Amino acid sequence: MTTEIILAGFGGQGILFAGKVLAYCALIDGKEISWLPSYGPEMRGGTANCSVCISDEPIGSPVVANPDCLIAMNEPSFVKFIGAVKPEGLALADSSMVSAECGRTDIMFVSIPAADLASEVGSDGMENMVLLGRMLAQTGLFSFDTVHKALEKCIPAKRAHLIEANLAAIKCGMSTLVSK
Amino acid sequence: MERSLMKGNEALAEAAIRAGCKCFFGYPITPQTELSAYMAKYMEKSGGVFLQAESEIAAINMVLGAASTGVRAMTSSSSPGISLKSEGISYMAASDLPGVIVNVQRGGPGLGSIQPAQSDYFQATHAMGHGDFHILVYAPYSVQEMADTVMLAFDKADKYRIPAMILADGLLGQMMEPVTLPEPLDTLPDKSAWAACGHDNKRGHHIINSLYLDAPTLEGIVRERFERYAVIEETETEAELYLCEDAELVVTAYGASARVAKSAVTEARKKGIRVGLFRPKTLWPFPKKELCKAVAKTSKILDVEMSMGQMIDDVRLATECRLPVEFFGRTGGVIPTPAEVLGVIEKLSGGVE
Repeated sequence: MTTEIILAGFGGQGILFAGKVLAYCALIDGKEISWLPSYGPEMRGGTANCSVCISDEPIGSPVVANPDCLIAMNEPSFVKFIGAVKPEGLALADSSMVSAECGRTDIMFVSIPAADLASEVGSDGMENMVLLGRMLAQTGLFSFDTVHKALEKCIPAKRAHLIEANLAAIKCGMSTLVSK
Repeated sequence: MERSLMKGNEALAEAAIRAGCKCFFGYPITPQTELSAYMAKYMEKSGGVFLQAESEIAAINMVLGAASTGVRAMTSSSSPGISLKSEGISYMAASDLPGVIVNVQRGGPGLGSIQPAQSDYFQATHAMGHGDFHILVYAPYSVQEMADTVMLAFDKADKYRIPAMILADGLLGQMMEPVTLPEPLDTLPDKSAWAACGHDNKRGHHIINSLYLDAPTLEGIVRERFERYAVIEETETEAELYLCEDAELVVTAYGASARVAKSAVTEARKKGIRVGLFRPKTLWPFPKKELCKAVAKTSKILDVEMSMGQMIDDVRLATECRLPVEFFGRTGGVIPTPAEVLGVIEKLSGGVE
């Protein structure tokens, strides 16, 4: 099985990082994986996105045109990619950033106030991890234990103190599925 | 063997260090920059030299100088920067110097775009500078192959005393995939028979030169070099044949476009279309025999590239124009999608069986 994911938002929101966490999860679970960033004259505040493919088979094209799962962290990204999500797919958005209507009845759409939730658990600015947590809970793609190990690989030793806050944000995101 | 997650540019750089590369000279350019950045960070730690030159031209001539002393040397750039290096590459070929040049291709011509492209095929395989010469051209298509190919490129460059190019592209350079890095080499080829590495007054000079004012002398040297090229063409070709055994249509593609094509071929097979993929891993020498084998039962070829169609002539020549060769490509930095390629495959196969 192959899962294709697009993560999109403003530069600086941790889009590429969230994709990298997913990539490391896949590496730890022994899956095939590709991670491809949009690159160009990107900068903080500009748009950024990345394509992540996770599979049991070798991955062909690493460019995702029609994702099984979209994580949109701002309005322009949501508008740009929502139409591309595969039927039966999943779209997640931060409701404090995205006010546009989903307009699709053939996909599952989840909108949570990710930024506020992150602040509530003392993980300011980690809305990317809140959305990632919810996505993992929704899809069952990787366990909390795997994400924990992935974060330890993604976060350099000198920033190790941030692991706990990221984990708290992921846990918070995961819990939004249960509490709904 | 541990798998790690790396960008293609970084995996290539790390593998080069493990291949015994002692000197890296470069000049920054997107989408190659992570390669130089990695070298800047790790080359000195591994006992080598990293130097950001004042220009691409300076960098390639530093490679020429370092290679003359017998050490493994490398430079990397992207399309516009590679054009600047062409003079130096010709001088290296003319001086029988090994060395590795990496081209992480982007859209062209001119400054073009910074997105992935394959529009430097002609330049790499047919005219990487002035004069009668060839260089080895390798085409990796995954992060793993980015790492493996650099080992191979250094070995073959040394074996034949010829520059080797790794023709990658922005997609392969920027993407992360799991890679198992090759073990570091502990012995390197002995080049003391020709390298200008000091003689302690115990032997004559070794002269590294590309100027011959006597025309017949130069002709003799070029002819000798072409005898070596003939051996390379006979023995150093590499290709992957994917589902070609019973293929009525064979797609030809290399590098990033081969990944897209492979996805399309796999999808087409699920629909019952007898299609295969031929992927050259060496572009010079072009794997002619391997291609002829791949198309043995084929009535048509589809060439897919991220260019306006630069490999298509080599495909036609290798098959002596016996088969019609159709073309599908995107250019300027646009990456074709598997769906687009699948559409063309379906059309050429007369629809689904």
